[in-house]
Amino acid sequence: MIAFENVAYSYGGGDLLSEVSLRLAPGSFHFLTGPSGAGKSTLLKLAYAELLPTTGRVTLFDRDVTSLSRDDVARTRRRIGIVHQDCKFLDHLTLAANMALPFTVSDRESDPQDMDDLLGWVGLNHLANAYPPQLSGGERQRAALARAVIVDPDVILADEPTGNVDWEMSLRILTLLVELNKMGKTILVATHDLNLIRQAKAQIQARVLRIAKHRVQLAGADL
Amino acid sequence: MRFPKAKPASPATRALQVVPPSGPTAWLTTFTAGAMTFLCVFALALSLASGRLADRWSEALAKTATIRLSAPAEQVQLQTDAILATLATTPGVASFRLIDEAETRALLEPWFGPGLPVEALPIPRLIELVEAEPPYDSQGLRQRLAAEAPGAVLDDHTRWRRPLAEAAGRIRLLGVLSIALIGAAMAAMITLAARAALATNSQEIRVLRLVGAKDSYIARAFVRRFTLRTLGGAAVGAAAGMAGVAALPAADAAGGFLTGLGFTGTGWLWPLALPALAALVAFLATRRAAFQKLRELT
Repeated sequence: MIAFENVAYSYGGGDLLSEVSLRLAPGSFHFLTGPSGAGKSTLLKLAYAELLPTTGRVTLFDRDVTSLSRDDVARTRRRIGIVHQDCKFLDHLTLAANMALPFTVSDRESDPQDMDDLLGWVGLNHLANAYPPQLSGGERQRAALARAVIVDPDVILADEPTGNVDWEMSLRILTLLVELNKMGKTILVATHDLNLIRQAKAQIQARVLRIAKHRVQLAGADL
Repeated sequence: MRFPKAKPASPATRALQVVPPSGPTAWLTTFTAGAMTFLCVFALALSLASGRLADRWSEALAKTATIRLSAPAEQVQLQTDAILATLATTPGVASFRLIDEAETRALLEPWFGPGLPVEALPIPRLIELVEAEPPYDSQGLRQRLAAEAPGAVLDDHTRWRRPLAEAAGRIRLLGVLSIALIGAAMAAMITLAARAALATNSQEIRVLRLVGAKDSYIARAFVRRFTLRTLGGAAVGAAAGMAGVAALPAADAAGGFLTGLGFTGTGWLWPLALPALAALVAFLATRRAAFQKLRELT
């Protein structure tokens, strides 16, 4: 689904990532870890074509990202659910309207009952008509996750999805991600929270990738 | 959990304002469109009035010249006959006629009042002639008149009407140029406002790109908004401009250029087209600015 072949990304004259090769197989669950500034967010941005590799090749759904037009990138992102640590919303729209955005931008809409179900899945039914500034950090993260999955994407990329929430909420979000993976979704989660990774590995077969010295390595069982 | 099924968007969803509805550029666009359209109405009125004037003068220019005869009383009829005989044999003269006393009195009435004793005054006798195509040789005619009727003076209207007609034509051109410049200035202002709005909403645009919005979708949201704002502002500006033109003094027979400034008949339809034209300018300017800015932002 997503493949990196000997990818390097340079910024400001220095290599942020180099010789990165990895492949996210359908239905796999990967964690991406490493210290702050190691390049986790950059790798995720390369994975949804926000950035283009300096050298090497990134393939999304069998298409080289450098061959994608801007419209192709937009279409490809409808197959990828993206969750950020500082999840952004359109503050003038209600939570329900924000969650439906992936449909809205393609001139489609969802059935209200289905939307209720999705809101219920992330425990936000009671906040459907609330506005994003009224939400807590945990509620925003769950809303972002719901928005990311509303179009039934093939892949979910999450960048520090538990970075701004307490441990209890982290576990709740992890549970949602695990549930999605069990539905067959391919998941890649960038996090520096090793406890979260240990918790996940207790539930599913997750592979852990670690960025060190600009390169991505498969982490051992010592996590 | 089951994933929601998609269906075509309802009109309400299509009309969803995915970018915040207000911003610092909202009033600027409406005000600019209104002010520019207001000015455009006057430029249009000036242009149309100049056009009418140029047409009127050009028409008159193509028609007539006057021979003025001032001679001693006993010579007047003799020289008049000589002039008429000369004109009858001059190529390039389509027609000519002697202006009689009643007509002369009517011509002088605005200056001297009714009941003027024309017959008791040394008023020159007037003969009007109409050019043919090709026109007569005015220099040759003058020489013949000098020989046959020494008191005759050929008053060739073209010599002073032509520059006036040309001036009116130039004013019309300036009016059209002004409308074009106003349109260009409006396009520039709306482009700046659109770019500012896009920059202000860069965060919202990133969110939209992230969830799979194409540039055309995002641009559409801005283009629709700026076009509607411009249409609204331009409609108010056009209405105000038309009211201003309507309030100008009406043209009359004795009136000059300024009293003729305005619209007549179907000419009133022209300013009604300005809001639609302004909206079209806004549509094109915003669309171009939006696609450019989107490429810069994401």
